[in-house]
Amino acid sequence: MEIVISIAIGVMTSAGVWLVLRPRTFQVLIGLVLLSYAVNLFIFSVGSLSVDREPIIRPGLAADLTQYTDPLPQALVLTAIVIGFATTALFLVVLLALRGLSGGDHVDGEEERP
Amino acid sequence: MTPLSGYLLIALVLLPLVTAALMLLMGEGRRPAKAIVNVFSTATGLAIAVMLLLGVIESEAPAAFSVYLSGNWPVPFGIVLVADRLSALMLVLTGCVGVAALLFALARWQHAGVYFHALFQLQLMGLYGAFLTADLFNLFVFFEVFLAASYGLLLHGGGGKRVRAGLHYIAINLVASLLFLIGVAVIYGVTGTLNMADIAEKISLIPDGDRGLLHAGAAILTIAFLAKAGFWPLNFWLPPAYAAASAPAAAMFAILTKVGVYAVLRLWTLCFPPDAGTSAGFGGEALVLGGIATLGLGALGMLGSHHLARLASYAVIVSSGTFIGVMGFGSAALTGGALYYLASSTLAGCALFLLVELLERTRQIEVGPQHLDDGRQALPSFQDIEPPPGINLDDDRVALTGRPIPAALVILGLAFAALALVTAGLPPLSGFIGKLAMLTALLELGTPTAWMLFALLLLSGLCGAIGLMRIGVRHFWITQDRPSPHLSIIETLPIAALLAGIMLMVGFAEPLMREAQATAESLQTPRLYIDAVMSTRPVGAEEAAP
Repeated sequence: MEIVISIAIGVMTSAGVWLVLRPRTFQVLIGLVLLSYAVNLFIFSVGSLSVDREPIIRPGLAADLTQYTDPLPQALVLTAIVIGFATTALFLVVLLALRGLSGGDHVDGEEERP
Repeated sequence: MTPLSGYLLIALVLLPLVTAALMLLMGEGRRPAKAIVNVFSTATGLAIAVMLLLGVIESEAPAAFSVYLSGNWPVPFGIVLVADRLSALMLVLTGCVGVAALLFALARWQHAGVYFHALFQLQLMGLYGAFLTADLFNLFVFFEVFLAASYGLLLHGGGGKRVRAGLHYIAINLVASLLFLIGVAVIYGVTGTLNMADIAEKISLIPDGDRGLLHAGAAILTIAFLAKAGFWPLNFWLPPAYAAASAPAAAMFAILTKVGVYAVLRLWTLCFPPDAGTSAGFGGEALVLGGIATLGLGALGMLGSHHLARLASYAVIVSSGTFIGVMGFGSAALTGGALYYLASSTLAGCALFLLVELLERTRQIEVGPQHLDDGRQALPSFQDIEPPPGINLDDDRVALTGRPIPAALVILGLAFAALALVTAGLPPLSGFIGKLAMLTALLELGTPTAWMLFALLLLSGLCGAIGLMRIGVRHFWITQDRPSPHLSIIETLPIAALLAGIMLMVGFAEPLMREAQATAESLQTPRLYIDAVMSTRPVGAEEAAP
């Protein structure tokens, strides 16, 4: 499972970085979204990946991370998703405003001169 | 310290939040009422910050840290707010800059957008919170709060130039925030905690195999902070964004870069002190070299700027570069001088951004109606500040605007000269005192990088002086028969107040420098901070325990 998750994070990060460096605003937006997915998965994975383990301590099981999953990264991811979503929405608004003002979708507001 | 002071910390965060909520509830009109509430709230915030600063300065070591456990959770589990000398100093600076920018905005800029007051208060909340929190993830949340508000404030007033600069600003800050999250996640993965004091305590217990991972996490986190602090090579977004922002927003931005600087200083001194074993002073060399590069770029930028707004932006970069470069040596004498310099350059930067608009106004009288923007989308013109008949937006908006003051050009000229002296670090004002303290300490250090920084500090002063002088000549000397600009008291007052603050810093230079040194020395012994945080018990815990 570690390999699958790390490949997923890697693919999304590389695609995200490539898109963020593109000159079109919409590509930058999608790049930022992909990067934030990758980061969210990454935060999730630092709490050690496990299947069928609960974050709630039960009597009879030793209270360490071999028996349970760490609930904190999940809470962090939730916060990061909310904040990332809000700021991305704000970016989308500015993107549309620039589109309206400049009439193009270049990140600098004008096409490069050849 | 009285037991009350813990509540002062949370009050500083809650006050702007509640005020912002109130502003939203008040709807789109009622600007005079909003302005009064906003001024009252911001001034109260400043008063609380000053009380905190006096409180922590007057107390001895254990009580010099005012700790508040939010939600009354025991220490490593809940979010902790801590005010020590450094954060209290930053809080006071935030309060000063906030009051000045707000008073300036009351004259005209508050009319350019509906949600100015709410955004302003949210930005203050994020700033106060970021300076107070002792929890890494909570720091991220407060960073996002003030950044989100700053996106709105940067766009305040509209126009193609602002939107374009805003797009770049938001994209870069979003990427930096993602780096922030990666750094936090790695550090959490290695240390298993997010409380800064707890992290610092666990640093020495980390097995050697994980140490590389910890360093990588710390480096990624620092890159996120440095991008926000305007560090080379991550600072090319800064001059266009700051120069495009409206004057009060830009004045607030003078403190935004200082949050990044503060975060680096706080975490670096806390986690990598000289006694941290193999991690001691990790990355110090990189901070020094990066600071030198930033300082060099900022100096060149100041030399090449033809507009005061751009020059002021490069002055912000110079200030960050100087501080981080000097801090990287990890010597208390240097950091003390740098703290004094930081306070003086923040006040001067804020006043400079406010002055920009007044000076631009004198030029606009000369060249006709304003074409500050690229012409496609003009700035909101304030000629029709009176609402069209039939639309009653506010009750009496003339009360705060108008009232021109006499001898405007003379006042502007004097203010500009004083700010130029501070920014370039020339005697006899506070910029020189701060620089002198740093230069003396650098001489004692005597390493090659210290000499390089020494030379660059002097050179950047020269570059700044040349750039400022050229702009001063162009604004004040070249044209003789220029009509005096229209200034109102409410716009001149904040600049005068900031200048008075700078003069106070000169007058009380010795005691202030002593306090700055004491602050730097308390940063060199992170054990005090760690013990103060870790020994705090929840309220009522003694009664509950048998």
